Amino acid sequence: MAYSNKVQELYQSQLKSIQDAGLFKQERFIHSSQAADIEVEFPTGSSLNKVINVCANNYLGLSSHPEVIKAAHEGLDTRGYGMSSVRFICGTQDIHRELERKVSEFLGTEDTILFPSCMDANAGVFEAILTSDDVMISDRLVHASIIDGMRLCPAQHDTFKHSNMEHLEKKLQLHANKRLKIVINDGVYSMDGDTAKMDEIAALCEKYDALLFVDESHSSGFIGKTGRGTHEKYGVMDKVDVITTTFGKALGGASGGCVSGRKEIVEMCRQKARPYLFSNTIAPVVVSGVLRVLDILSQSTERRDKLEENTKFWRKGLTEAGFVLKDGDTPIVPVMLFNAKLSQDFSRDLFDLGVYAIGFFFPVVPQGAARIRTQISAGHEMHHLEKALDAFIKVGKKYDILGKTKQEIIEMYGS
Amino acid sequence: MEENMKDIILEYVIEEYCDEEDDEVTFDTPLISGGLVDSFSMVSLKRFLENKYKISIPDADASPEAFDSVNKIETLVKRFL
Repeated sequence: MAYSNKVQELYQSQLKSIQDAGLFKQERFIHSSQAADIEVEFPTGSSLNKVINVCANNYLGLSSHPEVIKAAHEGLDTRGYGMSSVRFICGTQDIHRELERKVSEFLGTEDTILFPSCMDANAGVFEAILTSDDVMISDRLVHASIIDGMRLCPAQHDTFKHSNMEHLEKKLQLHANKRLKIVINDGVYSMDGDTAKMDEIAALCEKYDALLFVDESHSSGFIGKTGRGTHEKYGVMDKVDVITTTFGKALGGASGGCVSGRKEIVEMCRQKARPYLFSNTIAPVVVSGVLRVLDILSQSTERRDKLEENTKFWRKGLTEAGFVLKDGDTPIVPVMLFNAKLSQDFSRDLFDLGVYAIGFFFPVVPQGAARIRTQISAGHEMHHLEKALDAFIKVGKKYDILGKTKQEIIEMYGS
Repeated sequence: MEENMKDIILEYVIEEYCDEEDDEVTFDTPLISGGLVDSFSMVSLKRFLENKYKISIPDADASPEAFDSVNKIETLVKRFL
């Protein structure tokens, strides 16, 4: 079919609906490297605004770390730019396998397989390891990529209320007769910043003979004493059967992901996972960068320790100022505003004061749970956090929400 | 019988999807468009209805619109009884 006026109008009308619903996503162009200080062109065409970034997944501040950049340069020089092949034809270099070994060592797993992204890892893993005789039981707040992966898999699926162990147990009992059961969680939930109760979940998996899956994209590198993830934090390193994670956040922030875990499961992915089979893997330049990241993190916990301190300072500052926060101890600190428009206005005012943080509202978060999601980094110095806190307090005063409860804010602005 | 079916569905919806802090759910409360039930989690409700009423709801009929309130769900179930 030609791209007729009718087709064009169809898309124009759909795009207008997205705009009318206030859901149109607009990119903001950053003219600098990813870091605590960035230069942003927003709105498009305006002069550059120097702002402090408190909404990146750059938890460990490694996105523009000199040693990582140097390693990436070396990778580019010695292994070239692209592979022009999928892994199993002629797209695997020694460094790809080296990275898989290093990731396994870092996460404490038996084996690892790289994917072009964690989105791809989640999209491919379930179909590769499960059949229609099996069931996937997922927390209701797992990441969209996991939901897509489950949709692609013929196994039955079911869900349990977020972090509700009683409900999970009921579901495990309900599906007791399935060949395989797999319980699926995020390690850290990206919108609320809370962690999965991995110890309790692991105990239930053991009791009901279920596999345990966790997406550690917002955990790998900094959660747990040595940053291995939520399985370290909760003391269940040997109880997790499948981990997926990304190199696009704390672990250098470029791109790429993996499935890591029991060696047979990883091998099943190598034989059957479609995003692995039908797509090039991570480019050599990125592989080299991630290898250096893992070296840095294996040598010292300095960066995750600094992140922990920064997070404590940020949470304490916002709490003392009188903001309503989501409970937790991760570097994802949601400042609750409840009303969608207020979250957008708040974000715009912060930007004018030199702080870049984004408002989230329905359907990204539940109705009436709009917020500014802040994400702290080891790349933040105290002066960044103090300035950002000062801006939050100024804007909070402007909207008269400091010291107000959830109910009071909803009464003032609606939900 | 009609009231009974609605009550049964409502009870399941509350137990399966609601938390203590959620607002009261009635027969008309928008479940999916209101954000209480996500379309992915809807599958357990479909399975419950099929088992409870010994029916089979084709996927094409199990749309988010058809599952958007207890009243609408009752209408859907009756079509397949």
